[in-house]
Amino acid sequence: MLTVETFDTLVQAASAMTPQSRYLGGGTLVMRGVNYGDQSFQRIVRVKDRSLREIRSEGGRIVIGAGATMANVMAASETAFLANVARQVGGPAVRNMATVGGNLFAEHPYGDFTTALLALDATVRLSDGSEQPIESFLSSRSSMRGLVASVSVPRPMGDEFRFRKVSRVKPKGVSVMSIAVWLPRQGGRISQARIAFGAMGATPLRAKSAEQALDGVNLDAQGIERALSVATTGLNPTDDSLASAWYRNEVAPVHLRRVLLGEESR
Amino acid sequence: MVKTPIRFTLNGSETALFVDGGANLLDTLRRGVGDLSPKYGCGQGTCGTCTVLIDGEPHLSCLTLAETAEGRSIETTNGLANGAELHPLQKAFMENFGAQCGYCTPGMLMAAKALLSKNPNPSREEIVEAISGNICRCTGYEPIIDAIMIAAGQLRGRVA
Repeated sequence: MLTVETFDTLVQAASAMTPQSRYLGGGTLVMRGVNYGDQSFQRIVRVKDRSLREIRSEGGRIVIGAGATMANVMAASETAFLANVARQVGGPAVRNMATVGGNLFAEHPYGDFTTALLALDATVRLSDGSEQPIESFLSSRSSMRGLVASVSVPRPMGDEFRFRKVSRVKPKGVSVMSIAVWLPRQGGRISQARIAFGAMGATPLRAKSAEQALDGVNLDAQGIERALSVATTGLNPTDDSLASAWYRNEVAPVHLRRVLLGEESR
Repeated sequence: MVKTPIRFTLNGSETALFVDGGANLLDTLRRGVGDLSPKYGCGQGTCGTCTVLIDGEPHLSCLTLAETAEGRSIETTNGLANGAELHPLQKAFMENFGAQCGYCTPGMLMAAKALLSKNPNPSREEIVEAISGNICRCTGYEPIIDAIMIAAGQLRGRVA
């Protein structure tokens, strides 16, 4: 039988977590487990603190509370550059519920928002105040202790940040893959690009070879050629009901090209 | 087993009851209160037939922990009609073949109501977006979209 434990603050909730506890954010992951008889947890822990939903500027970065929903991200002026990402998560009802913190733990093929956070080199802040880069967070998320309080991202300039979700059903379909790129430029050339793929591995993953191949090139068909040829190096897609790993690997460079060159999807 | 007391407003009426640990809002409405209008479809957030409005916004009641609805205002399809008079959305669905098997209908109606309360004059594209979380396995989407367009027109006429 399930027990629900409700706390006023995240710190209190974090100290009450046991291996049999699951933290409830928006409910779209945890309640799905409840409905399907998931026996891996007996306790649901939740927090009433509404400040977990806050989105604000802090220094040069934008801090997004773990409890902020996709609808909150779409509505906040600080996160206007992420509105297009949040809009592609689920339908309207899911977006009123699903949280940024929950998305960090969404299993394949979900986690489109986290893919964008990975491209933006987000920092994840835990309830004890410690911080870690999102990439190391994702590689250890299944064994993490503590609770996520917020994530912070830099504010990308102009069209430096781009996101595309590839799905078979429009406007709402599950990802065949999602692609997020951050392309800072110096004197017209790309410098220190970040490319993240969702649904191309157990967690969102960076395409580091492609990132390196973009360094110092112009953002045109010729400049990105080498990056496209190594686009899937380091990715690890699986077969699922939406697409085979083979198909995902074959089409990933095509979709990456469309994102980089701003071409319409077909 | 511990039961938790919760209170909320359901279609304008104060409602109070006890829920089991982990109970979702859909079970609470159907079994606890007896409002059978929201339906159980997939239980995982894919189909949308359990859609209810919480404080005016569409939510999936099967994925909502019942006790998080404490103090909030919930609307279901049961609250749409005014006595014997159907809501314009219900009438438009009925007259324009917006329901085939009917299983998705309560979710479609609530998603449409949420849309029209914010956007009284939606485009077809905006309607498609608003019901994108609601699956009709009879694939009768076109009549549903038509019905929402027609109801929107009637509701605008009412206000004017």
